[in-house]
Amino acid sequence: MILKINNLHAGIGEKTILKGINLEVRTGEVHAIMGPNGSGKSTLASVLAGRETVTVTEGEIFYNGKNLLEMSPEERSKEGLFLGFQYPIEIPGVSMVAFMKAAVNEHRKYRGLEPLSASDFLKLMREKKELVGIDSKLANRSVNEGFSGGEKKKNEIFQMAMLEPKLSILDETDSGLDIDALRIVANGVNKLKRPDSSSIVITHYQRLLDYIVPDIVHVLYDGRIVKTSGKELALELEEKGYNWIQKEVNQN
Amino acid sequence: MNGQVGIVDRYLDLFDKNIGKIMDSSSPYINSLREPAYQTFRRMGIPDKKNENYKFADLALFFDFDYKTRLVPGKSDIEEAKNFQCGVADLETQGMILVNGYYPYADKLKQLPDGIWTGSFREASSQFGSLFEEHYGKYANTENDGLVHLNTAMATDGIFTYVPDGTVCEKPIQIVNIVQSDEDIFNQHRNLIVLGKNVQMTMIICDHTLSPRKFLTNAVTEVVVGENSIFNIIRVQNEHNYSGKITHTFINQEKNSFASSNNIILHGGLVWNNTYHYLVGEGAEAKSNGLYLIDKFQHVGNYVSIDHFVPNCTSNQLFKGVIDEMATGVFNGRIYVHPDAQKTAAFQRNNNILLTDDAKVFTKPHLEIYADDVKCSHGATVGQPDNDIMFYLRSRGIDQREAKLMLMFGFAHEVIQEIGVKALRERLDDLVMQRLRGELSRCANCVVKCY
Repeated sequence: MILKINNLHAGIGEKTILKGINLEVRTGEVHAIMGPNGSGKSTLASVLAGRETVTVTEGEIFYNGKNLLEMSPEERSKEGLFLGFQYPIEIPGVSMVAFMKAAVNEHRKYRGLEPLSASDFLKLMREKKELVGIDSKLANRSVNEGFSGGEKKKNEIFQMAMLEPKLSILDETDSGLDIDALRIVANGVNKLKRPDSSSIVITHYQRLLDYIVPDIVHVLYDGRIVKTSGKELALELEEKGYNWIQKEVNQN
Repeated sequence: MNGQVGIVDRYLDLFDKNIGKIMDSSSPYINSLREPAYQTFRRMGIPDKKNENYKFADLALFFDFDYKTRLVPGKSDIEEAKNFQCGVADLETQGMILVNGYYPYADKLKQLPDGIWTGSFREASSQFGSLFEEHYGKYANTENDGLVHLNTAMATDGIFTYVPDGTVCEKPIQIVNIVQSDEDIFNQHRNLIVLGKNVQMTMIICDHTLSPRKFLTNAVTEVVVGENSIFNIIRVQNEHNYSGKITHTFINQEKNSFASSNNIILHGGLVWNNTYHYLVGEGAEAKSNGLYLIDKFQHVGNYVSIDHFVPNCTSNQLFKGVIDEMATGVFNGRIYVHPDAQKTAAFQRNNNILLTDDAKVFTKPHLEIYADDVKCSHGATVGQPDNDIMFYLRSRGIDQREAKLMLMFGFAHEVIQEIGVKALRERLDDLVMQRLRGELSRCANCVVKCY
């Protein structure tokens, strides 16, 4: 079991957004979390990555058996958790090379390894760029600065490739992508899949799931997981929309 | 009398006591300007907060003190200074060391292989008499800063550079200003840089202090940039925190010239840079950039004034500061578009990061526009490190301290990347990183712990 969430309540300021989430992800599984806008999908991703603007009021999260909520964002990353941002941040003046070098070497230090030499690091960058299929020039620019929406998302997948996470959480990675970019992103994710790694794919639309096939699909609605099923659930949602779920929930 | 009454007497006294020796060392033309400048200084005094240019400055901190002067440094001071290695010294430059504003070499004035004349200002004032009279004191003649006139009254030496028409200087000229004395001293620096037509030149000025005494330096640099010429001046300020430094840089730009002024402030108790670009020829372009990375009790300001006298000129100001602990940073930028200066494009930006509750910043970007067909903008921000950037960096495994450093480095880099010399840009990036890490305060030869 890589992730176990028990009765998670969380919110921003006075507003409660997550109202009792229970979720279990096993090693090697791909989970999709779907749901209408405002259901709490991104808040869940933020809690998992440790964003301080979200306050957890109740419940617990175990990651590889450790108490995740006690860990700083950087510790979570070094323990193998990765968040692909819905809105990747621009960092003017910091090159992709400097950024990734710092990140990779922090991860290595955590594992008791020496920092990579400059040439080994550049070799690693090259390999991962090819694997993910991103433009080589992007790596010479400042982090996300002046990148198109698609480039930013591809850059998230590139970072994921560099850091080789055990659990990756992709927060609406498909939003704002055209079909080609979507394919590149999805291919990247599929190529990075290892038997010992798991993913949570958060999405509003089913179309990403044409490319990344989930083992389990959850529907998040009003801060709770209201339905959990196999991949066929995604198709049903695509066909019928979210209204029938809302009705079902309201009846119970 | 305006200004800081009482304090001004100390400097009038210094002048009275030393004027004999001062006059002995200079050419008749320079001496002829001393008495009128002295009278002007007497009238204007030392700028106080009523002076718009110095509105947020606290000069008394360094001016209300009895300094001595050293017109010629002692032998041991010169030896100390020559051993000094500046952080950017491994660059390929044509280097010159000044000790307390004095050029101590036997070979006082020389012509470099590419035809540039450079060396002692004192020497050049006799050898290049007519060129001197044409330019000296013409630009440094402001109506609202007594300190400029004090410099004209008292300055004896500094660097003179003359670049004849059509010369492209391959290597930057580097002036290393060392202040070194076993007494508390007040220094004047005076530089005159004359660029002919179609010239390209970069000048780097590094400011350092070597001995743990209280110092005050008042520096005036006049620059003439001829038609179609390109000029960059980069000042790296790394004096210790018992040291005060006021600089006045006047850049007169003729037709289609480009000039950039860059002030990188790392250390120094009081640092106050006044930079003036006079756009007097059509098609001229000015860039004035600054970076201040300050902490402890540092008190640092940049006053920038860009005068658009004629049509079709462009100017850009970019100043950024990171202010830590109890330090104070000031940006006071002015764009003045004169009535004839149609089709002016002038922009101004100042961004600040405050790291503590006690850190202070005063920012005053302003425009005065008397022409109707112009494009101008100005803006300023003051904030804390961006939380979204911090979280993004941390989510990739970079710890909080390192993430903050990267963020500040990126913030500062925007100013550094404006500098045209690649090797220097890389050295400055290094210096900035060292400064942000707090590793720069013990410079190799510096005996002063900068508290």
